[in-house]
Amino acid sequence: MSIESPLWEVFIRGQHGTAHRHVGSLHASDAETAMNNARDVYTRRNEGLSIWVVPSNQIIASSPSQKGSMFDPSQGKIYRHPSFYDIPKVVKKI
Amino acid sequence: MNDPRFHLALRMGDNSLILAQQNSKWCGHAPTLEEDIALANVSLDLMGHAQMWLGLAANIEAKGRTADELAFLRDTQEFRNALLCERPNIDFATTLVRQYLFDAWHLEQLGLLCAGSDISVVEIAQKAFVEVRYHRQRSSSLVIKLGDGSAESHTRIQNALESLWPYFGSLFENSDNDYILFKAGISELPASLRTRVVEQLSADCGQSTLTLPDSLFYHKGAVQGHHTENLGYILAEMQYLQRTYPSSNW
Repeated sequence: MSIESPLWEVFIRGQHGTAHRHVGSLHASDAETAMNNARDVYTRRNEGLSIWVVPSNQIIASSPSQKGSMFDPSQGKIYRHPSFYDIPKVVKKI
Repeated sequence: MNDPRFHLALRMGDNSLILAQQNSKWCGHAPTLEEDIALANVSLDLMGHAQMWLGLAANIEAKGRTADELAFLRDTQEFRNALLCERPNIDFATTLVRQYLFDAWHLEQLGLLCAGSDISVVEIAQKAFVEVRYHRQRSSSLVIKLGDGSAESHTRIQNALESLWPYFGSLFENSDNDYILFKAGISELPASLRTRVVEQLSADCGQSTLTLPDSLFYHKGAVQGHHTENLGYILAEMQYLQRTYPSSNW
């Protein structure tokens, strides 16, 4: 079964209000089985309140060979971080 | 033991205990990692139910025996599980269909026990119901899909349905205690569930290419402790440690 069953990526939302996080992948023959398997494999220790399963082949990933042109330009641009502002004293948390 | 609730708790506990033990043998051996974990989850759920039911039985009996002693120090003829639960694993299809038939009965039975008049029984039934609802969904979905899958998966699921059918009826066998429990409003007669459960199974099979056997024949005697040979082997393995090293603790 694992040989011919498609791969799915699993995303779990841990608490109300937080984002779904990628937790791993699994094999399943269809969406319903993928959802059941995700429940059994990834939420058995009470990890989640919501599950997304996505066919792995539907994910468009950046290519490692393009790493340079994709990510190098953002290096050394500290002015893109909000680090040059004075925070007023009345603001306690930001 | 005259309190009929003892026999109800024992029967519910033994069903879950023996099936949990059987399923747990797949741990590390199931066809896929996902199935392996799912089967182990189901086993652990059932083991939890067995602990609660046998704990209740021990309380009602009030002879100082614990749930563990009931599980590990009784012999075959004292067990009250249905014959379906003690059928050998054989292959994944047989294991799955055994679970599927059991889940259909289990969910219906727990639903009725939740509406009963005895609070200690109702509390356990409610806890178990939530878990068994998922067991039923999972096993029926898999049985239908494998029934409609390849020629081999269809043949294996269909053969398993036919070979387990004569043992499935054992879940619905009435005992003398069941009539007392029924009159006290604690539980329905086991036989009265059969029509409803079989209707649900037929509806499942109707969605697929599977054919549900229609024979009414089943092997009787589990309610009096008459079991198949295989229960002896199951207990030999399950009880080995307590029998060899009495009172040893985890």
